Amino acid sequence: MTANAGGPRTVSKAETDDHRSEPTEDDAPLGSPRVADPVIKSRDLDVYYGDEQALHGIQMEIPERKVTALIGPSGCGKSTFLRSINRMNDLIDIARVEGDLRFHGKNVYDEDVDPVALRRKIGMVFQKPNPFPKSIYDNVAYGLRVQGKDDDVDEQVHTALERAALLDEVEDQLDSSGLDLSGGQQQRLCIARAIAPDPEVILMDEPASALDPVATSKIEDLVEELAEEYTVVIVTHNMQQAARISDKTAVFLTGGHLVEFDDTNKIFENPESERVEDYITGKFG
Amino acid sequence: MSTSNPFAEGTEDIARKRLIGRVFVAICFASTLVGIVALVALIVDVLYESWGWVTWEFLTYPPSQVIENFLPGGRGAGIYPAIVGSIFLIALTAVFTVFLGVGAAVYLEEYAGDNWLTSFIEANIANLAGVPSIVYGLLGLAIFVRGIQLGSSLIAGALTLTLLILPIVIVSTQEALRAVPDSQRQAAYGVGATQWQVIRDVVLPRALPGIMTGTILSLSRAIGETAPILMVGAATSLFVAPDGLTSPFSAMPMMIFEWATLPEPEFQHVAAAGIVVLLTILLLMNAIAIFIRNRYDPRS
Repeated sequence: MTANAGGPRTVSKAETDDHRSEPTEDDAPLGSPRVADPVIKSRDLDVYYGDEQALHGIQMEIPERKVTALIGPSGCGKSTFLRSINRMNDLIDIARVEGDLRFHGKNVYDEDVDPVALRRKIGMVFQKPNPFPKSIYDNVAYGLRVQGKDDDVDEQVHTALERAALLDEVEDQLDSSGLDLSGGQQQRLCIARAIAPDPEVILMDEPASALDPVATSKIEDLVEELAEEYTVVIVTHNMQQAARISDKTAVFLTGGHLVEFDDTNKIFENPESERVEDYITGKFG
Repeated sequence: MSTSNPFAEGTEDIARKRLIGRVFVAICFASTLVGIVALVALIVDVLYESWGWVTWEFLTYPPSQVIENFLPGGRGAGIYPAIVGSIFLIALTAVFTVFLGVGAAVYLEEYAGDNWLTSFIEANIANLAGVPSIVYGLLGLAIFVRGIQLGSSLIAGALTLTLLILPIVIVSTQEALRAVPDSQRQAAYGVGATQWQVIRDVVLPRALPGIMTGTILSLSRAIGETAPILMVGAATSLFVAPDGLTSPFSAMPMMIFEWATLPEPEFQHVAAAGIVVLLTILLLMNAIAIFIRNRYDPRS
């Protein structure tokens, strides 16, 4: 299929979509953005860095216990969106958020929401593995300790390492430094640290971009497994990765717009937007 | 062999640039040498002057105005009260500086908003680091000795030295805090730590070697300062070591200064002996700083 052939069809489909879905907002993405029982629901979410607007009216619903991938070229706002879910953007002085981001129906930007409590429900894994310069054990136990969940730390640490597919490799060296592990192991250690306090959602910001192909494929397998217990939202630069591991894919394009959101198969095989198709087939980005 | 050399072109130009490079290296090496030669000359001179004068008696006896007392077979005379005075002084200064300096730096770096007031305060702290030490001596005299009536006491001296090195400690601590990677802070925030937990568990441990190095190097500057404690009124002819916060005190640089100004030429040797003791303590402190930096670096 070529972009030209996709063009006219896209427009007409988009129009019918607009008539079908209830509140027709300009910023509503193409595709089928509605999911049954969303855990996270974003409505008209704008994010600014100083005077610059990084996200424009994001409308998105994230399904429970599925992998939702956020893809798009550099600077498209996909990481900004991820960080606005657990309010990590609060740590940036000049960042400002407007609109709604609901977690189980509660707007996380309401005044009575404590971002620390929010982050205890929504864990995060970062682009570069960032273990603490502590032992493997203490790395995994850290979240449990700060959250005061320190009964049976041993057991919880073991469970988390097992779920992160790292236990077999480190079982007899739990006291050695987390920094002595390889990059891929460090990233799985960070995943274990994120899931140890048992959050509901795990946000992953390009978790495999700093890793070699073997370590990457281990992380990918792990992400799919994690989705059995957790809602996973993953930002990735790598479209094949999104296609392989995600159930839903959101495509952000330049300027901070969510252009299309749908089942991953649909996005990769038959996207509605011509620009999304161009992006996915590698014509730009 | 008649094959032409394909690299022949431009060899002269390369040779000339290489020569400039060699001259540059020679200048850099000479600059390095000046510093090292000066230091070696100083140490050799002091060691030569003090040879035979640094005895056990010198370390354990109070000073004397009579040169014979410093000689073998004399009554015994030395620098003991000043050693104890300097150590107490520096220990007290360390306690005050660590609390005030680290506290101020953590506030400025981690809590204070990024606004003009913070920038103004930071610029002023940096400026204070350049104020001559005699000015801090006058300040100490006005506030601690006269103002709050501490007199010429150990604690007045320690507070004055604290003021002197506080700006340097604040600035070096801020730098140590700034060097903690943001990814470490984010990792802790990401698992639901509060700001206090992030600072206690992640930022301070990671910055500790830098904080300790900056603090100990500042303290070794303070232990050698003469002007401020002179203004505060440290004694030179003190025959007992200080035994409390409000005791009068002497300190090593004061003693050395005193001996260097005495008319009998033999006192030059006594002053040199005092310098050797002071330098030894300084080097020990710097060695401790290096040891702490390596030992408590969480990354190693």
